[in-house]
Amino acid sequence: MEDNKSPIMDRIAEANKAATTGIDAKDIENWITIHIMGKAYKVPADLTILTAMEYAGYKFVRGVGCRQGFCGACATVFRKKGDYKLQTGMACQTRAEDGMYLVQIPFTPAEKAIYDVTKEPYEASVFIRYYPEVTRCVSCNTCTKACPQDLEVMDYVQAAIRGDFDGLSDISFDCIQCGLCAMRCPAEIVQYHVAQLGRRMFGRYGLGVPDHLRKRVKEITEGKFTDEMNKLVSCSTEELRKIYTEREKEPE
Amino acid sequence: MAELKYIEGYPENIRKEIDKVTKTREKRINYTPPAMTMKERDEVLRIHPDYAPGGKRELQVGPNKGNLAPNEVADLLEAYPLIEQDEVNISQVDYDTDILIIGGGLAGTSAALWANDSGIATERILLTNKLRHGDANSIMAEGGTQAADREVDSVMKHYIDTIGGGHFENKPDVARALVEDAPLIMKWLCELGAIFDREEGGDLAEKLAGGLSVKRMHSCRDYTGLEEFRVLRDEFRTREIPYLEHYPAIELLTDGDRVTGAVLWNLETGEYKIVRAKATIIATGGYGRLHIRGFPTTNHYGATFDGVVLAYRVGAKLRDIDAVQYHPTGAAYPIQIVGYLLTEKLRGSGAQPVNADGEAFVYPLEPRDVEASAIIRECYVRNKGIVTPTGLRGVWLDTPLIEIKNGKGYIEKAFPGMIRMYKRYDIDIRKDPVLVFPTLHYQNGGIETDPAGRTNVDGLWVAGEVSGGVHGKNRLMGNSTLDCLVFGRRAGMSTAEYVKAHKGENKIALDHVKRYVKNLEQAGVKCTRRAPIILPDYRGKAALARMIDVF
Repeated sequence: MEDNKSPIMDRIAEANKAATTGIDAKDIENWITIHIMGKAYKVPADLTILTAMEYAGYKFVRGVGCRQGFCGACATVFRKKGDYKLQTGMACQTRAEDGMYLVQIPFTPAEKAIYDVTKEPYEASVFIRYYPEVTRCVSCNTCTKACPQDLEVMDYVQAAIRGDFDGLSDISFDCIQCGLCAMRCPAEIVQYHVAQLGRRMFGRYGLGVPDHLRKRVKEITEGKFTDEMNKLVSCSTEELRKIYTEREKEPE
Repeated sequence: MAELKYIEGYPENIRKEIDKVTKTREKRINYTPPAMTMKERDEVLRIHPDYAPGGKRELQVGPNKGNLAPNEVADLLEAYPLIEQDEVNISQVDYDTDILIIGGGLAGTSAALWANDSGIATERILLTNKLRHGDANSIMAEGGTQAADREVDSVMKHYIDTIGGGHFENKPDVARALVEDAPLIMKWLCELGAIFDREEGGDLAEKLAGGLSVKRMHSCRDYTGLEEFRVLRDEFRTREIPYLEHYPAIELLTDGDRVTGAVLWNLETGEYKIVRAKATIIATGGYGRLHIRGFPTTNHYGATFDGVVLAYRVGAKLRDIDAVQYHPTGAAYPIQIVGYLLTEKLRGSGAQPVNADGEAFVYPLEPRDVEASAIIRECYVRNKGIVTPTGLRGVWLDTPLIEIKNGKGYIEKAFPGMIRMYKRYDIDIRKDPVLVFPTLHYQNGGIETDPAGRTNVDGLWVAGEVSGGVHGKNRLMGNSTLDCLVFGRRAGMSTAEYVKAHKGENKIALDHVKRYVKNLEQAGVKCTRRAPIILPDYRGKAALARMIDVF
């Protein structure tokens, strides 16, 4: 199956080398200039802020994590050329643009409250008890504008104040806890911590453990499957292969 | 090259290719290509990066001397340490603890919680992280976690699916532990407040995935790992368990026979710290950032194999280290997101891989190695792939099918992360298909353990991706987050018991490093590489060429 002239694996590696070994200038046609903390760098046009900074020579030890928009480590603030707006984004998810000037905010000083969700009453007072500053919300919506996930942050803060655990969980669910909302909030609320508390309360009390799961755990604990599992783990590979190929599949 | 004209995220020439997919969509709604026979699977697997010629060599040193390993892996196992024995002063102990946990993803964090639940005081636990607590592959797990908790399902079915997917090479005792603990883990997560997708009546919503015979995948939209992890981290912080960030371990310490701690290194200042511990758990994850065979990866920035490198030097046995998992559907376009994960849940929800002629060419839910091989074959053997503006090849993943099958609004509800990722490049996955190609995803093998997470080296436990055996040669979707949670728990409980029984003062030394260096020299390995590498290097070649190291 191999193409002998040029092995497939070599062709795949060659096509991917910019993403695996760093970018070589000779492969690049289009260039832009970005300003990293005020210093101008010429970088390839088709990069994210993160990869543009790496191209420029930065080796990250802070301000980087998953590189795919899940971890919230690479929070960045920037302005674009000719635009008064202060914008926010994740460096790994935001395209570098010509004339952009930026700085990363790799850490948010914010205290997380100490609570035990198993002992808290399932009511609105839990937010006031641990994060009383939520009541300082002036509904300015700056948090929402700062959110790189485009969440309606202000709406979930309001949901917390109302004790709407379900609503808070739904609105805040895609939060990656990057801290940009908290850095911009004039009322000094730490929105993502508030949301975390609310979601755990909803998960524990609003949803709980469903009966089918409780039942299965009981069955396992009581040893319902033990004999059959004993038999299965001592099967030969041939026997297992037969069971595997003959097993029925549940339709989609 | 002239400036490309873009229409809704795609250059004009690629947009024309999409028409072929749109044209055949109607016909494909009720058509799924048949699953491959075992013989067909074997045939297509010959093109898989693990089996294609080249790419591996025999290890020259250590407990697995003579075993095959990918070159990138062998390079690190046959590398010299970062510190020589006399360079560090280990007489001053900075942290004296009962349980040291290296790596704070789902596995390490679970281990800490369960050690604490098993009677170890919070202040007798120390969790150290290379980057921040949670900068791990765990939080990037999109699709879900398997657990056999429906009436029609059973732990036996979960077991059979798991070992069939693993080519019947899984270690039976650990695979059994995985499936038997799964429902218990789900219950634990629900009690801690994790929010899983639910059916109308409140039952857990469950889906099919590659290699599963029954709907068994539990998801939290497409942020499953993130939700699971942030709940555990919140609980961890709530209990005020000590932790360090930006402190990778660069070597283990031993008393001659037992592992008794580690040398940590401050990633920002360069200062080292000495930890003495009665038990050590390695939960450092996998090796995506080694870019094995030149593939891009879905993995986080710190996935550099450090834990295995350290454990191997103290004599820990590895297994299935030659088996690399390539996820069938990584992004192939646009260039900014190449290699990023497109969760298997997309295919579990009805999206089909489609070639340049608009044909569905493979059963969408084969085990990952088979599915990945079929896509490589379509692109490079049958030449039915689509070539991107930067010269990559890929096939279509026909995402609009999902809403035809599940109803309008489904994608927004189930895949907010995917919508967001593509929207940034003006692509709407509800209207248009996306280009995919396999991407380096998972370390199938690793350090061998017993069902308690114990290695062959006294005092050393492992949990999560760093371990080997449970997935055999190929992991199924939904078994990785589960692996972390099951064996994190078991390692936490097992170390707690060990620590309680263990009396007396521990010696710490680096003699094993000296021995390992001697072995390398005897094997004729030149000192051209050092490991662990801690982080990959993506700096531009032009900048690197002119860099002067002054400080």
